[in-house]
Amino acid sequence: MTTQSNLAVALRRPVPPMGGFSLTVLRLEVRRLLRNRLTMFFAIVVPVIFFLSFRSSAYVHQRIGRGNETAFELISIALFGAVFATATGGVMVSIERALGWSRQLRVTPITPAAYIAIKMLTSLVIAAGAVGAVYLVGLAINQVLMPTAVWIITGICVLIGSLLFSAFGLFIGYLLPSENVTGILSLVIMFCSAAGGLFIPAGSFPHTYMVVAEFTPLYGLNELVHYPLVGGAFAWLWVLNCVIWFGLFVLGAAWKFRRDTDRV
Amino acid sequence: MALRIAAPKYVMVTMPSSSPAIVQAFEDGGNEVIAVQLRDVYKSFGSVQAVSGVDLTIRPGEILAFLGPNGAGKTSTIDIILGLSQPSAGDVKVYGMKPRHAIAKGLVSAVLQTGGLLKDLTVGETVTYTSQLFAVSRPVTEVMERADIAGISDRMVGKCSGGEQQRLRFAMALLPDPELLLFDEPTQGMDVEGRRDFWQAIRGDAERGRTIVFATHYLEEADAFADRIVFISKGRIVADGTAAEVKALASGRTIRATLPSADALSLHAIPGVDQVEIRGETVVIHSGDTDAVARRLLNDTSARDLEITSRGLEDAFIALTNDSIPEFAADRRASQ
Repeated sequence: MTTQSNLAVALRRPVPPMGGFSLTVLRLEVRRLLRNRLTMFFAIVVPVIFFLSFRSSAYVHQRIGRGNETAFELISIALFGAVFATATGGVMVSIERALGWSRQLRVTPITPAAYIAIKMLTSLVIAAGAVGAVYLVGLAINQVLMPTAVWIITGICVLIGSLLFSAFGLFIGYLLPSENVTGILSLVIMFCSAAGGLFIPAGSFPHTYMVVAEFTPLYGLNELVHYPLVGGAFAWLWVLNCVIWFGLFVLGAAWKFRRDTDRV
Repeated sequence: MALRIAAPKYVMVTMPSSSPAIVQAFEDGGNEVIAVQLRDVYKSFGSVQAVSGVDLTIRPGEILAFLGPNGAGKTSTIDIILGLSQPSAGDVKVYGMKPRHAIAKGLVSAVLQTGGLLKDLTVGETVTYTSQLFAVSRPVTEVMERADIAGISDRMVGKCSGGEQQRLRFAMALLPDPELLLFDEPTQGMDVEGRRDFWQAIRGDAERGRTIVFATHYLEEADAFADRIVFISKGRIVADGTAAEVKALASGRTIRATLPSADALSLHAIPGVDQVEIRGETVVIHSGDTDAVARRLLNDTSARDLEITSRGLEDAFIALTNDSIPEFAADRRASQ
């Protein structure tokens, strides 16, 4: 009967607050990503190289809103880097699934929501590295013109906005087999970046392209993060674009996570 | 099949009608908490029936082995107890609640068969990571001592041997100080030494009165460690009893002899013969008293080339997990 009375105590055990979310786990997840040199190279070095190769001396003297064309390009490339970082962070989940880690997590109290939150925040830390690197290089070359406040505000906007693609990475990671997911993800992000106007501003697109571009996932986000620099008319369509795509990615990821353990 | 006893008692050989009142009490009754209760559970994956009508009651403190060949439905049953997969039909209760809720409270943990580890964390980091996911957790150093991995805390998981990784999974499973601990083929792919170390670590822990359920296809593991063995074959429980009862089932020996134009009925008539099988000129006779049967065969028939072999646990296992032979075993029981 001792067993039974001990049991009576055990049955009253609490469930973890916040579904098992923990800052220690977040710290360990970031440490894992920092150990992955390839990921760090693509998230931080590649955007810097892109920025340095895409910029043109002609941009320096073209004014846009409260700054110049180089500042516009800086923000675009920072967004590209941040999005790459967050999406890659999300995709790591696919590798974890292949390892059986998500199955292991399902025998602990952590909830899908807490798990996704930890994964997104991890990606955010790496994205901060990507944005920081590009912005530092932008400062160093001394050709980027925009008020200090705009530097800071756009940096924060890019960072927060890139979370959209953290969910995208999670979803894609769950959807595709792990061996070729990184390649496909790179292609998709390149395509979305081009279509969304990160490499060539959407304003210079022909009309037909423009119509399509408006429905692609990075278009709204790109316009939004440039708004503090460009100013002018604000379009709620940009916000709608972000909200809808983000919602689709989160739903998709949660749906796949739930189905994750069903064996065939 | 008389062998299939769905009652929560250990006893396999007694008649099911012996104590219906007790059976009832264990299943539904009173205030006693049941660790695991499966009622008529089915699970199919497409056209594959992985679990077909399992009834099982596991009481607190039991050490139970699911024994059966690969693909018998052991992992599917464990997945259902853990809430990792939903049964297609039937009811599952773990400490009276849904499996997922029991896990959220840290009442249940498991060492799973496949993978489940991040290669780019150290052993110590992995245990710390997992400890954070529970509302209440034992200290990281304590579980690492108990699983005997304290010495490799700084090693990357990817560089650990199979046995070390398995002890790491064991340490992780100990963190919530669970009431019920499940192991799915815990020593698969380990060398002899790894298996011994692993069971040693578990044996040390089992003295604390935890309910332990493990799946294995190693007979000796089930025999050495479990006090209740549940045979599973083709998604069904085909036998359920103590290790001793399983051994009793496996008692007796087999005579193989060459005997042209043998007559099954007259062979059956020899005292002590349980079963007769005729394959061409070869007869295979199972008996509890092979000496007497051999004497009769050599004296009274033209039998030659006699071979007498004991029927080990391995044979009982094969017999029980094979569709056709349990019938014979059941007949033999009934005739005693």
